[in-house]
Amino acid sequence: MKRAFKATFIEDNGIPHTIDVPEGWSLMEGAVKHLVPGIDADCGGACACATCHVYIEPDWTAKLEPKNDAEEAMLDFAPGVKPNSRLSCQIRMTESLDEIVMRVPKSQQ
Amino acid sequence: MSEKIVIIGAGQAAIQAVQSLRAEGHAGPITLVGEEAYPPYQRPPLSKAYLLSQLERPRLFLKSDAYYGEAGVDLLLNTTAKAIDRAGKTVELTDGRKLPYDKLLLTTGARVRKLRCPGADLPGIFYLKSIADVDALQAAFLPGARIAIVGAGYIGLEVAAVGAKRGLQVTVFEAMDRVMARAVSPALSDFFMAEHVKAGVDVKLNTGVEGFEGSGKVERILAGGKSHDVDLVLVGIGVIANDELAREAGLAATDGIVVDRNAMTSDSAIFAAGDCTRHYGREGTLLRLECVQNAIDQAKHAALAMTGKPKDYSEVPWFWSDQYDLKLQIAGLARPSDRLVARGDPASRKFSVFHLRDGKIAAVEAVNAPQDYMIGKKLIAEGRAVPAETLADSAIPMKQIGV
Repeated sequence: MKRAFKATFIEDNGIPHTIDVPEGWSLMEGAVKHLVPGIDADCGGACACATCHVYIEPDWTAKLEPKNDAEEAMLDFAPGVKPNSRLSCQIRMTESLDEIVMRVPKSQQ
Repeated sequence: MSEKIVIIGAGQAAIQAVQSLRAEGHAGPITLVGEEAYPPYQRPPLSKAYLLSQLERPRLFLKSDAYYGEAGVDLLLNTTAKAIDRAGKTVELTDGRKLPYDKLLLTTGARVRKLRCPGADLPGIFYLKSIADVDALQAAFLPGARIAIVGAGYIGLEVAAVGAKRGLQVTVFEAMDRVMARAVSPALSDFFMAEHVKAGVDVKLNTGVEGFEGSGKVERILAGGKSHDVDLVLVGIGVIANDELAREAGLAATDGIVVDRNAMTSDSAIFAAGDCTRHYGREGTLLRLECVQNAIDQAKHAALAMTGKPKDYSEVPWFWSDQYDLKLQIAGLARPSDRLVARGDPASRKFSVFHLRDGKIAAVEAVNAPQDYMIGKKLIAEGRAVPAETLADSAIPMKQIGV
């Protein structure tokens, strides 16, 4: 059995969802499998739709791998982009991200 | 909103429709009928990460098993629809069951086109469309094996790339004079051809397949007047829309179920979305698209129409392909008469080709250039005119062009 670590997605209305994400899976995959509302992930993780947009809580932003060109380009056009915006399909779960916290934007549609 | 909705075909369009129907407030029962053993899953990774064993099967599924219960969806797998009774508003299944509906959505997808030449039914000749197809292919897809790939389209070239990476001896047979001729412009064909050759893939253009030979399994492919020894064959020569169910029920369907901009068929209680449809594109002509984008967007529009909130479908189509470390992203639909503008140098392995029509950007093909793709897509949607000289000048940042 693969190791899994905790990730918390906080909905726009404040409801938190703490889920287990297997090591190596993207945060988006974990959210989709656990039915976190607001993470639609239309494209299934191909970095092509920006419907898995999240705001990373300040404590965690520095612990993430930097964005690649594709993620930068996608986020340029996502609604409600902030400096701490990331696409959750591009973040792989590792031990160092155990207990990561992020917020889900108001609308992904 | 307690209408009964039945969805035939359990792929990407179907799951999007389910999700959108619930989001739009449909509270009635939804029954989802799928022929395969699996709940809706992503097909794009099948010829890429899944074939390369870099993605485990559970990660292909678009939703968790728990989703269907929570969303109130009755998921019938390993189940085939036999006929639609439009007058009685029921779908008959091959097991004899009858499903009544108030509204019906057809997301039947497409199936692979099969070769009909002599020997085409020999064991060892594979196609690639489903999880089961890849699982069958995997057993023979071994380092050192000689694989013949018929067709240099997306599927053929993605499998070629995976095969080369895994240490198979790969030969691609293509009847046309360039690779991906149906999907990309000549500059990209040349570029991808060179990349495959560099990876050790033997690409034979202008080489049609005449047949296969072997005792008990495929051992030789006959192509271009020659015989080549092979261990296995992968055929990727396109797909055919599954429109028979609709056609037999008297719905308008010619190479695809004809739908209007609200994904409605010629029967106002029946809708269709995804690869199985023939629909009006942004320019008003009927077309068929085989892609995730159309499955998702058309399903969203179908859900809107089915819940009484019709909104015209006119999204910009987009496509992608992964081969080696190259990400090809395409937005819009090119025409042979477009003016082509190159941006960036193919030698840098990061470049794009813009297609101008009446001065406006009609399509963009980008290789490892996600910004050109994203901004190009936005400009296509806006119908923006951009001078060719501006696009061709890589010193002008794409962001600036897109403002």
